Order: sequence, then structure tokens, then C-alpha cells
Amino acid sequence: MKYQPVIGLEVHVQLKTDSKIFCGCSTQFGAEPNSQTCPVCLGLPGALPVLNKKVVEFAIKAGLSTNCSITPRSIFARKNYFYPDLPKGYQISQFEDPICQHGWLDITLEGQESKRIGITRIHMEEDAGKLVHADVSALEDGSGVDLNRACTPLLEVVSEPDLRTSDEAVSYLKQLHRIVTWLGICDGNMEEGSFRCDANVSVMPVGSETLGTRAEIKNVNSFKFVRQAIEYEIQRQIDLIDDGGTVVQETRLFDPNSGTTRSMRSKEEAHDYRYFPDPDLVPLVIGDEWVERVRRELPELPEQRQQRFINLLGLPLYDAGVLTASRALADYFEAAIAAGGTAKALGNWIMGEITRTLNDTGTTIEMCPVTPVRLAEMLKLIDNGTISGKIAKTVFDEMWKSGKKPLLIVEEQGLVQVSDIGAIEAVIDEVLTRESGQVAEYRSGKDKLFGFFVGQVMKASKGKANPALVNELLLSKLNG
Amino acid sequence: MDIFDLTIHELHDELMHRRISSVEAARAMLERIKAVEPQVGSFITVTPERALADAAAADLRIGAGDAGVLTGIPLAFKDIFLTEGIRTTCGSRILNNFIPPYSATCYEKLKEQGVVLLGKLNQDEFAMGSSNESSAFGVTRNPWDTTRIPGGSSGGSAAAVAARQATAALGTDTGGSIRQPASHCGCVGLKPTYGRVSRYGVIAYASSLDQVGPLTRDVTDCAIMLGAIAGHDPGDSTSVNVPVPNYRAALAGGVKGLRIGLPKEYFISGLDPDVQKSMDAAIETYRRLGAEFVDISLPHTDYAVATYYLIATAEASSNLARYDGVRFGHRTEAAPGLLDMYTRSRSEGFGAEVKRRIMLGTYALSSGYYDAYYVKAQKVRTLIMQDFTAAFEAVDVMLTPVAPTPAFKIGEKVNDPLQMYLSDIFTIPVNLAGTCAMSIPAGFSAHGLPVGLQLIGKPFGEESILQTAYAFEQATEWHLRKAVIL
Repeated sequence: MKYQPVIGLEVHVQLKTDSKIFCGCSTQFGAEPNSQTCPVCLGLPGALPVLNKKVVEFAIKAGLSTNCSITPRSIFARKNYFYPDLPKGYQISQFEDPICQHGWLDITLEGQESKRIGITRIHMEEDAGKLVHADVSALEDGSGVDLNRACTPLLEVVSEPDLRTSDEAVSYLKQLHRIVTWLGICDGNMEEGSFRCDANVSVMPVGSETLGTRAEIKNVNSFKFVRQAIEYEIQRQIDLIDDGGTVVQETRLFDPNSGTTRSMRSKEEAHDYRYFPDPDLVPLVIGDEWVERVRRELPELPEQRQQRFINLLGLPLYDAGVLTASRALADYFEAAIAAGGTAKALGNWIMGEITRTLNDTGTTIEMCPVTPVRLAEMLKLIDNGTISGKIAKTVFDEMWKSGKKPLLIVEEQGLVQVSDIGAIEAVIDEVLTRESGQVAEYRSGKDKLFGFFVGQVMKASKGKANPALVNELLLSKLNG
Repeated sequence: MDIFDLTIHELHDELMHRRISSVEAARAMLERIKAVEPQVGSFITVTPERALADAAAADLRIGAGDAGVLTGIPLAFKDIFLTEGIRTTCGSRILNNFIPPYSATCYEKLKEQGVVLLGKLNQDEFAMGSSNESSAFGVTRNPWDTTRIPGGSSGGSAAAVAARQATAALGTDTGGSIRQPASHCGCVGLKPTYGRVSRYGVIAYASSLDQVGPLTRDVTDCAIMLGAIAGHDPGDSTSVNVPVPNYRAALAGGVKGLRIGLPKEYFISGLDPDVQKSMDAAIETYRRLGAEFVDISLPHTDYAVATYYLIATAEASSNLARYDGVRFGHRTEAAPGLLDMYTRSRSEGFGAEVKRRIMLGTYALSSGYYDAYYVKAQKVRTLIMQDFTAAFEAVDVMLTPVAPTPAFKIGEKVNDPLQMYLSDIFTIPVNLAGTCAMSIPAGFSAHGLPVGLQLIGKPFGEESILQTAYAFEQATEWHLRKAVIL
């Protein structure tokens, strides 16, 4: 039988606010354990939560950017369960009436029509602390609780079960990741857990309208793992059904080392969270005025900018996608365009040399030593024939190191391209004389040697000869 | 007259005229505590050193001309209020050794006024009870008859004021926990409107019902104390930003033309004859003073106790989850695993009544029962609120008994929780409605036990009930009687 996988994602987005969601403690990552705590986030008796307005603002931003409606009166609820990293014995979250509802994101896979993925809800909640175990920390023995992370603000973004393949799931996830980092509400760091994903996966016979029993897969914290976990889980469920078994509703844990999932707890063992409205927090009333103010302050969103790059600059979908992967990258690109570069050439340089060098040196685009203006200037030098594309690489490296203007580098190092026909012919003659044996071979039909002659000429000119002229002149001399 | 017999305003006059120093007052109170504590048992912790230090500081302020009406006044606090550096138990073994690192907002406010802290008062464990018998630190006895309960859960607060162990005290009221003990001990006790006083640093029992209020010797003291603790607190999202009036200045307005409602559901046939007699006499007094009486109805009163025991226990089951032995409070000696650590620590730490309510509340919130219990209870709560809103269209205040009977015997209802719960039938609806009410002394039973009268006001109508209470106090002498502790 053929099966149709059905996937829904629940994404936890850690918000980049300075202080926690219900108290004034810092959210800074990596501080001394329990140094960023107070009676509220320690869950001491008598302590009461006070909502951080910034969190609400960030949630509205996320909601508007994912086409959600903003709930005029949303409610905080308590999710009750015991665990040592949960100081109050309950997590303050939202259950009924979350802040954002009924949104969607469009995803476009290469060579396919775009597809709309529903977003059921986005709600605000506090994070738990974390347990520290002796074997992996400075702790002498036993386990400790670090509550620095407790009460850190999170958004949980819940998709509809609209995804059908791991490709779609990854595409949706990347789209969401791009939006929240673009808005500046999340640092997007998946390794530190700032953006983490649980996947609900089920399969049903193709053509069926009844969804199969789903498994919830926890702990999938990179795009690569999301793909792996989903693909593994789909196959596991199909194999199970084909062997006459049935899928049970359960929570499964993804193991990144083996690329497999294993059962964590069954439906019977599932918690009864006993959600109820938190009496310590009044209903959150958000007037139209507030929503409209946030809407006015929203930046142009990545999807819109990507479309603009395609429509107005004529970039291919792939290039437009890469260049809008982050707001800073897109800003860089647009600044270079504004400085007079052509879109295609700039795009190639940014996606190629710049991205490569950034990666190699561990630099972010914001800190890129080659400014957009310098990059555009350098491309102009290529365009007007001052330097060749090959020499541009040398100029680029020098700009990266010294930050000097490209023209200055070209002048200082004598890198101006040689387009003087006489000069180039002289070099060609010299090479052909020296390599007379090879010339004879070429003329007897060994065409492949042409590249060899080009290389020799370029080498002899220290790379400065105009490559187009070299080709043209070499061809006529050899064939003439 | 002994120093410990003085009210706040009387002692303030003495302090201002330098006839008594705050240190002298503190010493007198500490001696009084020592003398009667074995019979009464109001305190969980007495803080003599702190009291004398506070008093010395207050004397400096008085000397410097920087004193307010509460500067140098010796007070005691229900052990539900967090006091930085001073053990705070909430009447529970689970917090036996809990030294809080911060203080409740209302204590901070009083501290800024320069009050003297005498100690922390006994109470029902986690404020769950109507008799003070559920405390892990022994029962408190009624100063008027030490074989009887003082009421609860602020039983220690009421007993301490009645026994002259503190000039005034602070308590909390979730279903009657200030008014019922005030009634049983013959003091004045006020439960403010929900949101009037900050709950920050007050150990939560049922968050949507809990409210902090004073227990005092007379109405003037009550107005003084309320004025000092009321007001918006940015640390408590449910505290309301409504200006705090000068309660004391409003006391003398009189009751001429005041429309007092008598809800028929509160004058039931089972009412104790002594209580009925006091109510009748009080109505007569008010009539003489020029008030008008209106018969009204609060039709959903019958459902109040059931509604309360669903909402309060549901919230409590969640509020008390933090006592898990992980970060503070009692942790079992040795447990083989995490689950054992939780269950043993909690089993050992909590008393029977607290366990009963945690289980009730957990059940009410459980999947499959939530709609039938918790949601239904919230709907009934709305109906009860609407009862009050509608009734207050025709009247300014309401007059009712506080409790169906005077103080009962210690042990009498311990094994009958339902009977115990019913002792709060007249106070619980006020908490559900979120409005304000107070208890004032209104007579004595044939056995010489105090009987209280409840005045219920509109939301944020504390001025109005204080004024009504003050008129009664001026016309009667019940508040002047003094318990003889045997």
C-alpha cells in the first residue's frame, strides 16, 4: 500500500528580551548557575508574576508576520506537573485564547507551486530551568538545578498538520526561523536551544481522509535532524503497519547519534496537565491601537523582500532566497545595489566569495570588513575592464585584510588589467616560441592544449592580461 | 490602664506626648505575650530582639518628629506573611525551617511606617480551616473561653488582639478567615475588596480569593491599618490602581438615611438564637440611628460553599505544588528516587486538611471533570457576583451575621469537615463576589462568647462599611469588653 505522511510542527522560539517574561531578571545565556534569579523565577512562596510588555509586543510581531489574528483578550493558564527544573510545579503558558490564532505561511520548494501551511496558534509561555548532572559539569556528585533559564520568554508556534514531506517541514521551519530572526525577536541559535522543534508525524493510506495515529517527536534541534527524524519516523510507521502492527499515540525522543526515534512515554503515561486560567494574571487585553502600532513598526518581511528581488531585480528564486536568508544579508545586498552594483554580479559575489570568507573566518555579515560600497566599487573595476575577475579575487582578499579602497589596492599593487593588444601579443609570441613542441601538437589536432596556452600567457602576464583578449589573440595566432 | 490595653490611636497619643516610649510599649507587649501565651497559643514565633530594635528605631523617629500614626505601634502578623530573615511557616511542617529572603509588600509598607514586629501568629495550615486546629504548631485557644476555638484561619491574629498580646494584627481572608475569627474573638476584622491590598509576599492559598486585612480592637484602628496597607503594587498584577481614600477621616459620617440590606438567605432558621438576638438588637440600634432597612435576596447563596470548595481547592492544588522538597522547606530524609522524594516530602510535610484540599482541587481540575466542576463553579461564581451587583442597586451596605454560631468547642468539628466548612456560609459569598466586608463586635452569647456582625460593602466601598461600623461602635459598648483569660 502507498502511504501519505502527515506532519505538524510545534516550534519553541526563545524571545530576545533583556528580561524574563514574569520578572526583571536578565535572560543572558551562560551566566553562573542561579545567579540570574529572584523570588518570582525561583518560585518562592508569595511571589507573583508580572507580565513583561516587551514579550507581548514580540508575540504580536510574530503573529502579524505569520498572518495570524491577534486575540483581543487572551488568557494565561497554568500547566501543572512536577519536575525539579519547574520551580512552581506549574508552567505559566496559554491554553484557551492564546495571543495569536489562525495564521499561515507560504512555502515554495524548488520547481513547485507555493503551498500554504496553516498556523493554528502562537502562544506565550515561560521556559523551565535546567538540570545539571555531575558527570558533565563541575558538580561533585548528584544533580543540581540551574534556574537562570526559568521564566525566560518563549513563543510556541503550532502549525496545522498541513505538511506532507520532510522537505516541506524543513522549508516551513526555515521560513519561520527566517521570520523570527528577521524581526529581531529571536537570535535563532538552535545549538543553544533558542529555536527548537517538536514534530507530530503520522501516516495514512493515500486517498484516505482519516488521519493516522500520530507520534510526537521531541528534541529535534537542527534542520538536518528535523529531516532525519521525520524520515525515520515515517518509515518506522509504514514498516510497522505493513508488518501488521498499529501505531500507538506516544511521545518519542529523537537520538541525533543514531538518527532514530525511541519511545519516551505512551498516551497512558501522558501527563494530565490540569490547565486552568492563572488567577495571578489578569486577562491580557490588546486593543486595535496597539496592534496597529506594532504593524506600522514592522520591517519589510523576508517573503516580501524576496519577491521584490525576483520581480524588480530579476534574480532567480534560489538567489533571492539565499540573499534574504537574514535581514542583515539582504540589507548588505541592497546597500551594494544602491552603491551602483548590478544585481546578478553582486549576488554572485555575496553568495560566493563573501559567504565563503565569512564562514571561514567565523564573521557575521554585520561585521564584514568589506563594506557594500567597497564591493560595488570593486565590481565597477571589473565592469570597466580595470581588473579581471581573477585579479578581483586578489583585490577582495586585500580589501578584507586592510579595508582599503579597491582602486587604491589596484594602483598600489599594479594590478591594472593589460588590454593593450601589442603587449599581449608580445607575451603570446614569447610563450608560443618557448612551447614550440606543444604548438606543433596543437596544430596537429590536439585542441585540448588551448587551455594550456591560455594558462601560460596569464601566468606570464602575472594574471593581469585581459582574459577575453588573450583568448581572441591566441586563437588567431595558433590557427592563423 | 495597662499599655497592652491601648488601641493604636490611644497608644499613638501616648507616644506623641512622650508619656510612653515605644520601647516601653514593646516590653509591655512582650511581657503580656509571655504571661498569657501558655493559655492562648497565638504565636508561632515571638521576635523579642527584633521588637526591641524596631521600637528603639521608632523612638528615634518620634524624637526626630518624623512619626506617623503607626510609628512605634507593636503589631503581630499571621505567619502567612513573608518577613525577610524571620521564619515564616504558614502553619505548616513543610515550611518549618523556611527563612524567607524577602518580605511581603504589606509588611514592607507597615515597616516603613515604623511599626514594631512582635512576632508571627498561629493559623490554620496554609490558611485552610475555620478553627486554627489544622496548624502544625498546636491549637490556638479562644481568649474568652480557652476550651473553644478562636476561629480560623487567622485565629492567632484574632486571639492575639483579643488577649491583648498585640495592639493590632494582620490576617488574610479567603472565605472568612479574618471575619469569622474576629467575630469569635470579639475584635474588628476587615476583608478588603479583592485587589485593594497587594498579595505579593503573602503565601497563596486560593489566589483569586485571598485578600489581606487588619484585625484590630476598634473601627478607628481598622481604618488606620487599612489606609497603611491599601494601594496598587506593581508586583501584584491583580492589585487595582484605585486611589486610597482617607478612611479615618470618613468614619464620622453617620448612618442617617443609609439603606441597609438584609439578605433573607442569611437569616435562616438554623441560626443560633444568641446570634439571632444580637442581629435583632443591631438592627434596632441602626434604626434608632436613622438607617433604613431593605429586605433583599442573594438567590445563589446556597451554592456558595460548594462553589468555594471547588475554586479554592483547585487553585490551592496548583499553588501548593511548589512545596516539593527541591529548593526550600521540608525534604524527606532519604528517598530512593525523584518520585519518592516528592511523595514522601509532601506526605510528611502537609497535614490532613491540606492534603484533603489538594486532592479535592486536583480532582476538580482533572481532564474529564474540569468542565463539570471547575468551569461550572466559575459560572456559579459569576451568578453570585451578579447577585451582589443587583442587590447593591437598592442598598448601600448589607448587614448579616458573620457565623451561624459563636465559637465552638475545640475538637467539636475536627472529624466532620463538612460541618466545619459550613461555619463559613455567610462569609464565603463575599470572597466569591470579590467585594469588601467586615466583622464588628455586636453582642455576647448566654455563655459570654462574642458575637460578630457582618457589614458587606460595594466593591471599593470600604469607607462606607467603616463609617457604618463606626456609628454602631459609637452607639454600643461591645468593643470595650475585655476577655478574662483563665
